[in-house]
Amino acid sequence: MMAQGPAGFVEALGGRVNAMVARLGFASRFFWVVLKTSGTSFRRIPLTVREIYFAGVLSLIIIVVSGLFVGMVLGLQGYDTLVRYGSAEALGTLVALSLTRELGPVVAALLFASRAGSAITAEIGLMKTTEQLSAMEMMAVDPIARIVGPRFWGGVISMPLLAALFTAVGIFGGYLIGVVLIGLDEGSFWSQMQGSVDLHDDVVNGLIKAFVFGVAVTWIAVFEGYDAVPTAEGVSRATTRTVVTSALAILALDFVLTAFMFRGV
Amino acid sequence: MMNKRTLDMWVGAFVLIGFGAIMFLALKVANQSAYSLAGTSTYRVLARFDNIGGLKIRAPVKSAGVVVGRVADIAFDNQTYEAVVTMNVGSDHPFPRDTAAKILTSGLLGEQYIGLSAGGDTANLKDGDTLKITQSAIVLENLISQFLYSKAAEGDEKKQ
Repeated sequence: MMAQGPAGFVEALGGRVNAMVARLGFASRFFWVVLKTSGTSFRRIPLTVREIYFAGVLSLIIIVVSGLFVGMVLGLQGYDTLVRYGSAEALGTLVALSLTRELGPVVAALLFASRAGSAITAEIGLMKTTEQLSAMEMMAVDPIARIVGPRFWGGVISMPLLAALFTAVGIFGGYLIGVVLIGLDEGSFWSQMQGSVDLHDDVVNGLIKAFVFGVAVTWIAVFEGYDAVPTAEGVSRATTRTVVTSALAILALDFVLTAFMFRGV
Repeated sequence: MMNKRTLDMWVGAFVLIGFGAIMFLALKVANQSAYSLAGTSTYRVLARFDNIGGLKIRAPVKSAGVVVGRVADIAFDNQTYEAVVTMNVGSDHPFPRDTAAKILTSGLLGEQYIGLSAGGDTANLKDGDTLKITQSAIVLENLISQFLYSKAAEGDEKKQ
């Protein structure tokens, strides 16, 4: 029986915080176990390749189509603003910098979380519900090494590649709008872009972001699946939590990484 | 279930496309052709300016419009109240000792860079040398106020 009044409020708050800390601790230990047993994912490469197929190859269409449209919208909006200042030639710079630094990694990670992360959670959650994970343990097969590890690494490997593809296709979309549709000079579009995009500062930092997001999203996805309440409702809630938590984690991590990488020195 | 060869082929294609995208970003989008100091040996040159305007670290150092180095550090001298700019110039571009440094702007409002114009001295700059002849950045506000003062002075002359 809960106490009423202020004491009850403090008690409820404490209970929530305790539950949150315990869950975070469980998630961290789970992460550590996944890393420790990930030898299996690399010794039995076909398992990981299969997960790269599900997380990466099947996300290709949504990534390419969204990248193209994001790039084209950037081209239209950027041109509309830049032309007021008479610097429409800087469109290439605008499109390339926004995509390599921010939009490429972040939007690709958000799409990846909703396309692949939710699928991973649902799959592992359903395996738990139908007691496939327990059955594996009975047969002395470690479900974390056999099921979770390959999915984790498949996601981590796929994510930077998807982000790079998103960025490249987006820049192509900006090119389509800027050069083909609006008719900016092709030479200055590319040369202004090359003059201001730096390989290390922009491209490599963007890929580092994508890698960090990949780790965060797949970690959340496999953990939510493994931790799901083994009922139909539990799996559905876990899938929702994966998408929501991943989106928040991506945006929070993006802020932290941006603060470290681009301080405008 | 899809057979193993089709699966491998799809994943292989995916990885190739991903690396293709990274190569595209590295070669076509980023400035690989521009002057990069990574891996090349450089020497340090110092220059003192009254005013550096909006010069930033990593700004290019150009001579005849070609990038020959980058600004490594900007400091303030508490004794002379001048800005001390340290540049890294590529060792494959030796400059005479009486080289002059100017702070210039690319375009009307573009980024600022250092322009080096070579002198006639037979000895070349060594690591850590300080340039003697410098010209500060042109600050737009100063230019406008000078223009306004000279206009006002012209008006006074006409009255007399």
